[in-house]
Amino acid sequence: MSFNLLVLTCIGYVVFLFVVASGAERAASSGRASWLRSPLVYTLSLSVYCTAWTFYGAVGYAARSGLEFMTIYLGPTLVFVGWWALLRKLVRIGREHRVTSIADLISARYGKSNLLGVIVTLLCIAAGTPYIALQLQSIAQSFTVFFAESDRAVLVADRTLIAFWVAAGLAFFTIAFGTRNLDANEQHHGVVTAIAVEAVVKLVALLAVGTFVVWGVASGPADILARIDAQALPAWQIQPGRWTGLILLSAIAIICLPRMFQVTVVENVDDRHLATASWAFPLYLFLISLFVLPIAVVGMELMPPGTNPDMFVLTLPLAMGQDGLALLSFLGGFSAATSMVIVASLALATMVSNHIVVPIWLQVRAARNLDTGNMRLLVLSVRRLSISLVLGLGYVYYVISGGSEALAAIGLIAFVGVAQVLPALMGALFWRGASRTGAALGLLSGMALWFFTLFLPSFGPGVILPAQVMADGLFGLPWLRPYSLFGLTTLDPLLHALFWSLLVNALVFCTGSFLSFPGPMERVQGALFVNIFDRQGTARSWTRPLAEAEDLLPMAQRILGVTAGQEFFRLQANAQGKAGFLPDTTPEFLEALELKLSGSVGAATAHAMIAQTAGTAVVSVEDLMAVASETAQIMEYSNQLEAKSEELTRTARKLREANEKLQKLSVQKDAFLSQISHELRTPMTSIRAFSEILMEGTGMDAADRVHFANIIHDESIRLTRLLDDLLDLSVLEHGQVSLDLQPANLRALLDRAITASNSVQAQRQFTVMRQRDPEDLDLLTDAGRLTQVFINILSNARKYCDATDPVMNIRVRMRKGMVEVDFIDNGSGIPRDKQSLIFEKFSRLTDSLQAGGAGLGLAICREIMFNLGGEIVYVPGQGGGAFRVTFPPRLEARAPMPRPQSLSADAAE
Amino acid sequence: MPPRPRPPEFLERNTYRLRRLMDAARFLPIFGLILLLLPLMRYKGDGADQRVGQEAVYLFVVWIALVLAAFLMSLGLRRALVSPPGADTSAQPPEEKPLSGPTPPDVLAPKQDAQGG
Repeated sequence: MSFNLLVLTCIGYVVFLFVVASGAERAASSGRASWLRSPLVYTLSLSVYCTAWTFYGAVGYAARSGLEFMTIYLGPTLVFVGWWALLRKLVRIGREHRVTSIADLISARYGKSNLLGVIVTLLCIAAGTPYIALQLQSIAQSFTVFFAESDRAVLVADRTLIAFWVAAGLAFFTIAFGTRNLDANEQHHGVVTAIAVEAVVKLVALLAVGTFVVWGVASGPADILARIDAQALPAWQIQPGRWTGLILLSAIAIICLPRMFQVTVVENVDDRHLATASWAFPLYLFLISLFVLPIAVVGMELMPPGTNPDMFVLTLPLAMGQDGLALLSFLGGFSAATSMVIVASLALATMVSNHIVVPIWLQVRAARNLDTGNMRLLVLSVRRLSISLVLGLGYVYYVISGGSEALAAIGLIAFVGVAQVLPALMGALFWRGASRTGAALGLLSGMALWFFTLFLPSFGPGVILPAQVMADGLFGLPWLRPYSLFGLTTLDPLLHALFWSLLVNALVFCTGSFLSFPGPMERVQGALFVNIFDRQGTARSWTRPLAEAEDLLPMAQRILGVTAGQEFFRLQANAQGKAGFLPDTTPEFLEALELKLSGSVGAATAHAMIAQTAGTAVVSVEDLMAVASETAQIMEYSNQLEAKSEELTRTARKLREANEKLQKLSVQKDAFLSQISHELRTPMTSIRAFSEILMEGTGMDAADRVHFANIIHDESIRLTRLLDDLLDLSVLEHGQVSLDLQPANLRALLDRAITASNSVQAQRQFTVMRQRDPEDLDLLTDAGRLTQVFINILSNARKYCDATDPVMNIRVRMRKGMVEVDFIDNGSGIPRDKQSLIFEKFSRLTDSLQAGGAGLGLAICREIMFNLGGEIVYVPGQGGGAFRVTFPPRLEARAPMPRPQSLSADAAE
Repeated sequence: MPPRPRPPEFLERNTYRLRRLMDAARFLPIFGLILLLLPLMRYKGDGADQRVGQEAVYLFVVWIALVLAAFLMSLGLRRALVSPPGADTSAQPPEEKPLSGPTPPDVLAPKQDAQGG
């Protein structure tokens, strides 16, 4: 098999994954993603637990130590079949608190403390980087297996090159699909779907090799069992300590590994998926493990002595002349390695950006009193950078360690590293008394012990720890020897490190919690996490309105994106029974906003950002304790009454708003009536006067007569236009209008509207900024009516935009199957108290006659848009006047929808 | 601490079954662990009398039995997981429900809408 064919297969496979992932992203963005979030996909994505270390390493492990390899899969099996006790709670907490990573969970539980977030992040990076290096190594190694001894020498030199290209490719993939958006909950449809596909590939590959070995090479299960007993080595004897310890260790790892946390908790959308995974994932592990021992035994029997048993999965089919099977197996290993690297780097990058870079950046900006700028772009670029950084670290680690044998043990070493999170995590879920001080001290001491007794010695004596320290202990003290701390010599190094680090970690964690006094925020969060099934909702951490919603909207837009931010504000306002984009800044609203933001940037950062915008932070201790105390909880149980009064308040607020609007409208209507009488009278008066002059008619030359007739003509045209407008509006309002549907191009319509509106105040220089590409949309609609709306908005901007260098921004995009056109100028916009009135009939912001209209323009626009199946709204907080026109690209000829509740309509009926 | 409403002592049959099922689900991994540790107690420890093939068969049988048990339990436990489509607000697992009585507390309904977008 040629090297080129192998590379081509890899590239073809990666292209296939790209297609799958982008297809999934596209399906998700158009709302057809329900099958993407099925229990099956969820279960398959969990298989990211089975890395290349499983795919290649398990067989090697079985060849060296017999049945012990099973421990790595039995631990997770126990955790998953016992999901009701632990995982269910973890997943529920993760979803309700919008947790983005394991560091975020720990930080949120212990009072949204960023210190803990940083500690957990650093720990995970220290444990995760060598693990990533291991995957790169296995891919590079599997390439070389395909070639004869003679060619291999050449290729070995290229191993680092292969690893480099693999790392670069994976970084690109992860960036492309892992940092596409900053949606709430950090869920990534594309990545998860690709992982699920890879899960199938690696399972099929391993099963295929296994079937071939059992029925192709050996003659069935009975024969295999006989061969197993024949090949058994003395080293295969089950060692009680390692057997028990490794089952526990792998059980801990499946909970604490950042990548497992990402797929199990962060990407979970429904408890019921966990119910399926509780048996389906153990079944997957069962199938993965089923043929490991047979492959190992047959490999030992048939392959020449000295062959690396880690590569039996590849070398065995090759030796038997099954090139196709070997290629499939190669793809399986490739899948296992890439899926691990993708998810691990994504999870680590989220932690790095949320807990290290963004908080530092925010503090720097706050210290210099600067605006926070475009957070969304910042967070995304930081995340992209972090992914490259994590993969770069893995690559560097691989190059430095030179692909040595030391790497093979790194899987278990990483397990012990992440296991240090366990005490803090269990405390977070089950012990209200666990405190931040305890968690931080426990984590730090466990981490230090792990470094000293396992991680640093794993490089070999003399590499980082001097050989003399390894032999005689730190500072020459024999009881500080890394592999036999305090004279504990009977355990093997792994169990020794696991025992000491977890013991000291848990001890310090408990002692720290016993002795320290937690802050109010910690206590509230503790109660919420531990009692997650007893009550719902998050902590009341905002008690009184401190900021106007209009100040919060720009901040939310920076993080969530303009559209999503506005949508969220609009929904919240609707929930409060208000129209428009600006909800009241009630404590409930601030909580919801914080929760939403924490889905993107983590709990601690979201809390800090709202505190920064909203002015002085938060809450008095009494406020918090009131919520946390038992009394408050019981009151919340019996809150039917509260709900009713809430509904009353909402209705009252609605009524008050309606009443205010009615009063304003009535004043306006009066004003309009006098206005319209005035407007009708002026032309009438001059028509009467001049026609009287004409009737007398004596002593008048022809030129004068023509002049007077002209005046009469002009004035009657003005009258007709006014009456036309009124008539138009009345026809539109009653839905009797017949639309002239025809194909049109949005760009052409905008061109026409801009040209037409140029005649208004033609002396003003207006800069129009447009996006030509998105504008190129083919429509089926009433082009004339739509253009009328555009002209009206543009003319209004020309008339009223008060900037010295007026600029008009026109942005077009598709959203939820509707076309959205935003018209944003750079003037001072429309004052907040007028925003709800501008679309009403007869309204006019200025009383002056300079406008020259009767205040019907926007009212007509609203009716037109309604008849076109869309709407026109004013969007506040865009740095100027901003109108958004929304309409369907293809309007079906049909009766107009039921009229939305418009105040004027209500008043008329 | 103010007095809590006393939870009822006895449950109706369906709820009773469901709660015992939850207990069983919590015990399953413990029994599983004990079964998986059994091989440790079978041999003297000098490695002479080991029968790896037989041991492997035993472990895989325990394994598949755990999978089956978890599958059967998940069918029943599903009932206790009423996740509404929003996935933000989730109903609680059914709590104690009195055997009889004029007004059973409406514990199945969500207490309140959780705020969130």
